Amino acid sequence: MKVAITVNGQETTADVEPRLLLVHYLRDVLGLKATNIGCDTTSCGACTVLLDGESVKSCTVLAAQADGSSVTTLEGLSSGPDDLHPVAAAFRAEHGLQCGFCTPGMVMAAVGLLSENPKPTEREVRDGLEGNLCRCTGYHNIVRAVIAASGQDPDEVTGTSPRPGVERSPAGGVAAAPGFSTGGAE
Amino acid sequence: MIPVGFEYVRATSVDEAISLLVEHGEEATLLAGGHSLLPVMKLRLAAPEVLIDIGRLSELSYIRVEGDEIAIGAGTKHRALEASELLAKECPLLPAAAHTVGDPQVRHRGTIGGSLAHGDPASDLPAAVLALGGTIVLRSPRGQRTVPITGFYTGVFSTVRDPDEVIVEVRVPRTGGAGWAYEKFVRRANDWAIVAVAVVDGRIGLANMGPTPLRASAAEAALADGASIEEAAALADQATDPVSDVPATAEYRRHLARVLTKRALTTAAGAAG
Amino acid sequence: MSILGTRVQRVEDPLFLTRGAVYTDDLVDERLAGALHLTLVRSPVAHARITSIDVSAAREAPGVVAVVTGAEIGLEPVVLQGGAPKETARPFLATDKVRFVGEPVVAVLTEELYQGQDAADLVEIDYDPLPAVVDPEEALKGEVLLFEDLGTNVVGGFGLDKEFDEHLFDDCEVVVTQKLVNQRVAAAPLETRAAAAVWGDDGRVTLWASTQNAQSARDAVAGWLGVERDVVHLITPDVGGGFGAKIGADPEFALVAQLARITGRAVRWSETRSENMTGMLQGRAQIQTITIGGNRNGDVLAYRLDVLADAGAYPRLGMFLPYFTRQMAPGVYDIPKVESRARTVVTTTTSIGAYRGAGRPEATAAIERAMDLFAAEIGMDPAEVRKRNVIAPDKFPFTTKGGATYDSGEYAKAIDKALEAADYAGLRAEQARRRERGDTVALGIGVSAYVEITGGGAFAENASIEVHPDGTVTVLTGTSPHGQGHATAWAMLASEHLGVPVEKITVKHGDTDLIPRGAGTMGSRSLQTGGVAVYQAAGELVELAKQRAAEVLEASVEDLEVAEGAVNVRGTTTSITLAALAEKEPLKVQTKFDSGAPTFPFGAHVAVVEVDLETGRAVVDRIVTVDDAGPVLNPLLADGQRHGGIAQGIAQALLEEVRYDDEGNPITATFADYAFPSAAELPSFTLVDMATPTPLNPLGVKGIGEAGTIGATPAVQSAVIDALSHLGIRHIDMPLAPLRVWEAIQAAKGDA
Repeated sequence: MKVAITVNGQETTADVEPRLLLVHYLRDVLGLKATNIGCDTTSCGACTVLLDGESVKSCTVLAAQADGSSVTTLEGLSSGPDDLHPVAAAFRAEHGLQCGFCTPGMVMAAVGLLSENPKPTEREVRDGLEGNLCRCTGYHNIVRAVIAASGQDPDEVTGTSPRPGVERSPAGGVAAAPGFSTGGAE
Repeated sequence: MIPVGFEYVRATSVDEAISLLVEHGEEATLLAGGHSLLPVMKLRLAAPEVLIDIGRLSELSYIRVEGDEIAIGAGTKHRALEASELLAKECPLLPAAAHTVGDPQVRHRGTIGGSLAHGDPASDLPAAVLALGGTIVLRSPRGQRTVPITGFYTGVFSTVRDPDEVIVEVRVPRTGGAGWAYEKFVRRANDWAIVAVAVVDGRIGLANMGPTPLRASAAEAALADGASIEEAAALADQATDPVSDVPATAEYRRHLARVLTKRALTTAAGAAG
Repeated sequence: MSILGTRVQRVEDPLFLTRGAVYTDDLVDERLAGALHLTLVRSPVAHARITSIDVSAAREAPGVVAVVTGAEIGLEPVVLQGGAPKETARPFLATDKVRFVGEPVVAVLTEELYQGQDAADLVEIDYDPLPAVVDPEEALKGEVLLFEDLGTNVVGGFGLDKEFDEHLFDDCEVVVTQKLVNQRVAAAPLETRAAAAVWGDDGRVTLWASTQNAQSARDAVAGWLGVERDVVHLITPDVGGGFGAKIGADPEFALVAQLARITGRAVRWSETRSENMTGMLQGRAQIQTITIGGNRNGDVLAYRLDVLADAGAYPRLGMFLPYFTRQMAPGVYDIPKVESRARTVVTTTTSIGAYRGAGRPEATAAIERAMDLFAAEIGMDPAEVRKRNVIAPDKFPFTTKGGATYDSGEYAKAIDKALEAADYAGLRAEQARRRERGDTVALGIGVSAYVEITGGGAFAENASIEVHPDGTVTVLTGTSPHGQGHATAWAMLASEHLGVPVEKITVKHGDTDLIPRGAGTMGSRSLQTGGVAVYQAAGELVELAKQRAAEVLEASVEDLEVAEGAVNVRGTTTSITLAALAEKEPLKVQTKFDSGAPTFPFGAHVAVVEVDLETGRAVVDRIVTVDDAGPVLNPLLADGQRHGGIAQGIAQALLEEVRYDDEGNPITATFADYAFPSAAELPSFTLVDMATPTPLNPLGVKGIGEAGTIGATPAVQSAVIDALSHLGIRHIDMPLAPLRVWEAIQAAKGDA
């Protein structure tokens, strides 16, 4: 069957099996690999994207159900590595990602959260991210990042003291993904 | 992770969905938000041959006052229930229960009709609607019928809905200032309830205390007879049949039902206006 | 101004936050064009003989290119863990017998991913069930044997050469014994396991794999394939978490390579989460008996630790972890008499490997429980008892009765810092008030003190640094980050000497053709070996640059200094950039750093929990931690490692447990059933800083990666039990999930 989905502002269309999951449409048909698959029980949220502006788990939506709709993935959020969307920038500033696997889904869930609750409390952030699992960060800095992205002070909102050490933010970043030296991913 | 292959058709109206159900018979299943159905299909525990998508029928998405009831389209999403100012004012138990379903992403897709049709005794909305004493409106080639929620569930994942019937509406009473509360016990925030208790206007609905959502009738009767909250809550697990599984034994569930009922009744008594 | 010690945001992040990192399943590479998808048929039973395998229907399914059984795979069974008995060799695809739910039996290769499960569903395998054995104590009895030829289920042990000393506790006024369970947990990194392989016309195989160590993975796979090491070119793409479970190689990597060889096509594999929850190595799983003795004044005189470790069905790295447990048994305490032993048994379950802490959390949880039980027995405050017994700061280096030589530490100071930051006295007062009022929400305070051994058993690491004519720098490291931020941290270390900004420094790892030798990232080894090697290499490059610049600038080396990417004649404007030097002649150094010994980070955690006495549900309200791993290179990254470790530590104490039913069926094998926490279940953490250097490397650094986990688990377990101490409860096994806590409360009331 044919589906037509606007993804990151671009119209896309393909002939797909009805059972094709939206996450596979994004990853395999369109080649947008940022959105990840972390589980098979709709538990982890690594596959979170925005569907018509609302956060959804793209592993539990058929591409057919998104036909005629508009999807935003992590790739569609920032205009480039040097010009990060405020939520993505906050994740970087607060070290809200380590291995990065949960990150695309986490960032999109955070974007969704803030669109529905622009000035959340710590409790509201934690509850609002209940559908997104992370094994690396312990969530501490993710929560800070979402609070910072909302324009609030993470130290104040979480009641923690500022951590020591001078802050530095190197521009942009290296050209090649670290460690992936010969895979031709560029 | 990958469902067994199926045919997909999109219904453009409820009546068309009904005709498609008639046409495809037992091989077909309705697809609304898909957040009860698709997870089960991805694990290949279910493999319908035809999915009839009713997820985009705006005729099924509404929340409105009708006399002393609220009529809710079966396709109304949990998110809409959660955010509804009308429900917050007229029937606050329902949005409170909807808020606890899954997580935000799930609530953006799942529907009240889908949740009620799926019939998982651990789900939140069936227990809440049961406590509210709501009714379910179904449509089939034979016309429309209304079934009180008390008669809707027959067993685990089993309802009286005929294979060619579509749930079109759920009706709940306007509860006015009646005290209410929803107490849900989980290990993790987006888990299904280990046990949940919905209280409104002296009625008590239990989730995950048996093969269907249940009313804690003995406790309700005791309250009506003037028993204290403590005394009534101690009867909350009467005539229930909870299972033992990973997070809880049957005995623990019984205990939780009593504790949560006590807490819910206490909150409801405090909230009564 | 030094860049060391500053909060440098990660250079990895701009790409990770826009295009996303590139994990093995994301790879788009022309060598993998048209790759076949591997779907494995795995055993649904825990222990059975295979009586028939019928793949005929599967072979006819749409898109199927091959269906391969163990008889056809062309790989001999291998003992996966060096040192394990030869009888425990594991076939790559089972033929006669399966020994755990999830053991691979048949490989299905399809053109498209979605066709794989359809075809796999058509494979028919007849299993003749055998009794399962899930409990290590049952396995010890040997009534049901996994490997009949071995004649026992015991596959390893330490300290079994002598009997326990029956007089060990003779001089103790007080002796307490307790059986403990350090439960099996799942590593559950968000990225499951994945690999892709293709053979080239040159007879070599390019293998991409999600691993924590490309070089040892390459060695293992080459051995399993029966080829020389340099036939295998292993590349590590970005890795979505490992936590020890991705150390080295899994047999599935060799399967992928072999299937690529057999079919002459590229093959890719990416397991589902359900497969991962039975197929990936799991952690912990020790049953321990502790005995602690001492005097009523609080002195601990003797400690005995008896470990029964579960190896799972086929022995893997888990077989050796009890060695670390024994080595770290006495913890931070100066205990005059310590004895221990460990036995490892196989069971019809998923194999056990390393998981954040790998043998040391087990030791810490045991000794900390012992200290609490001793304190309760003599009626002394648990923090006081600890401080009384820690190794004094002037005694380092200190060799314990467990056999480890601790390099540096100030244990009482760490405890005091944590207690003060937590307002311990205030907490005790609040606890007392709640008890007096009869509150249904009890407050519990748990204190843990820990020391842990880092270095991963591999104290040497390589690094090379090259400055290019365009002024950029490439660092090659033998470490293997999977979230730790080495691209940023190693760039900082290089930048410190070279004066080149981190944006211009690329750090590469994980490609065995580029970096043939390296020991990867595990055991919290990376900074103290690989990082120091980078720092050392940068220093050597500076010296080399100065030598070359001295000739060019006609100056003497003593008058030269390197700053901001150039060699300058001190006090003048005469200089030449490193880039210009590189243009004349390649400017590159390669070095190796070997610290020769492990380091011992340490700390103390204070956990504050609230326990709902009516439901048994415990929640961490606050946790205050001191985690001292020496000087901090990048506080942003170090804090992140502490946070992640603390979260996993809390999760083991309160929530996580891999469970099997009596038939060996896993009942927590999806993310819906396995309770690892979301943000909603955890608080923000309070970190307190302390930095005690080690003399073992020039930077004075130890390893931080696992410390948070090791300290948090016992602190939280202790806190929940402490919340219930007024009910007479002295011990509850982990996880202290609501059901278990409630049952303990009922038992204490006599209502069991």
